[in-house]
Amino acid sequence: MQDSGIKTSILQGLSAAWPICLGYIPIGIAFGVLAQKAGLHPIEIMLMSILVFAGSSQFIAVSMLSTGAGAVSIIITTFAVNLRHLLMSSSLAVFMGNTTRKKLSLFAYGVTDESFAVNHTRFSRNNWSLDQALVVNHTANIAWVVSSVIGGYSGRFIYEGAFGIDYALTAMFICLLIFQLKGRFYVITAVIAGVVSVILSLIIPGSSYIILASVFAATTVLGIKKWMLR
Amino acid sequence: MDVTIIHREVVWVILGMGLVTYVPRWFPLVLLSRRNLPRWLIEWLDLIPAAILSALLVPELVTNGMPHHMSLWQPELWVAIPTFIFALKTKSLGGTVVIGMALFWLVQSII
Repeated sequence: MQDSGIKTSILQGLSAAWPICLGYIPIGIAFGVLAQKAGLHPIEIMLMSILVFAGSSQFIAVSMLSTGAGAVSIIITTFAVNLRHLLMSSSLAVFMGNTTRKKLSLFAYGVTDESFAVNHTRFSRNNWSLDQALVVNHTANIAWVVSSVIGGYSGRFIYEGAFGIDYALTAMFICLLIFQLKGRFYVITAVIAGVVSVILSLIIPGSSYIILASVFAATTVLGIKKWMLR
Repeated sequence: MDVTIIHREVVWVILGMGLVTYVPRWFPLVLLSRRNLPRWLIEWLDLIPAAILSALLVPELVTNGMPHHMSLWQPELWVAIPTFIFALKTKSLGGTVVIGMALFWLVQSII
């Protein structure tokens, strides 16, 4: 019984994870190619994908390394770009209940934009457990690590832009956003966040617009909700 | 494999990056999971996914370059419309990724 339970969790986790992998593989390969061009050894590429596991930060770090930026400025930039995970992990914490710290620490490792959205959607439908979420996170992680190392070794054989791979994550975000539009307040939140993030991205450099627009939109809509119910 | 090509400086950068990406992922989970959160905070956190996904997606569709500038006539935006409709009708994540990629590829090869 126990055994078939684990098997089911793994299968359900895998079926939720494959679209993420499909999005990660081309981007992981692209990252490996760039990292190799910037002078990183495949072992360094693997180490970065294992320890950092954050696509946009890794791309930025590699381009900074190739322009000779200092370690401290790369690490600070990474921190700023990934600070949004603070919000995602907070949002996931609601579903964690009495989980051991060890398991939480393992789960935290795999929180990315994509795994967060997939797991959050399923947790909020009440048919998801931490075990299945862990399968999603780690399957996506394996796809990311393996594909970035492949890119590091064999990048020059792969065309840029083939098969529309540049659009994989954008399409994924479109669908993940639709999963989150569970009522009119969610739609209003998304509209405000979308408009504000565009405006902020035009006027402030870097990626802080993501957090600022999200916090602004959620706070505004919560305010509207409370005011309407008064 | 020849380990001597590995640059020590790069390894330190990677270790530092690993630390600063792990802490924001870990801290809220450990801090918030075993507490009874106030009702308003739960409601606020429930709105965050929609907000964050929209904030990640929309600038991707309508802006371009670094620093960002408006760019409405790019395939990213126009491919998003049929992709959005497909996702709305099917609710299939994998299908949406495949369709979005195919449409984007098609549009790019026409342009």
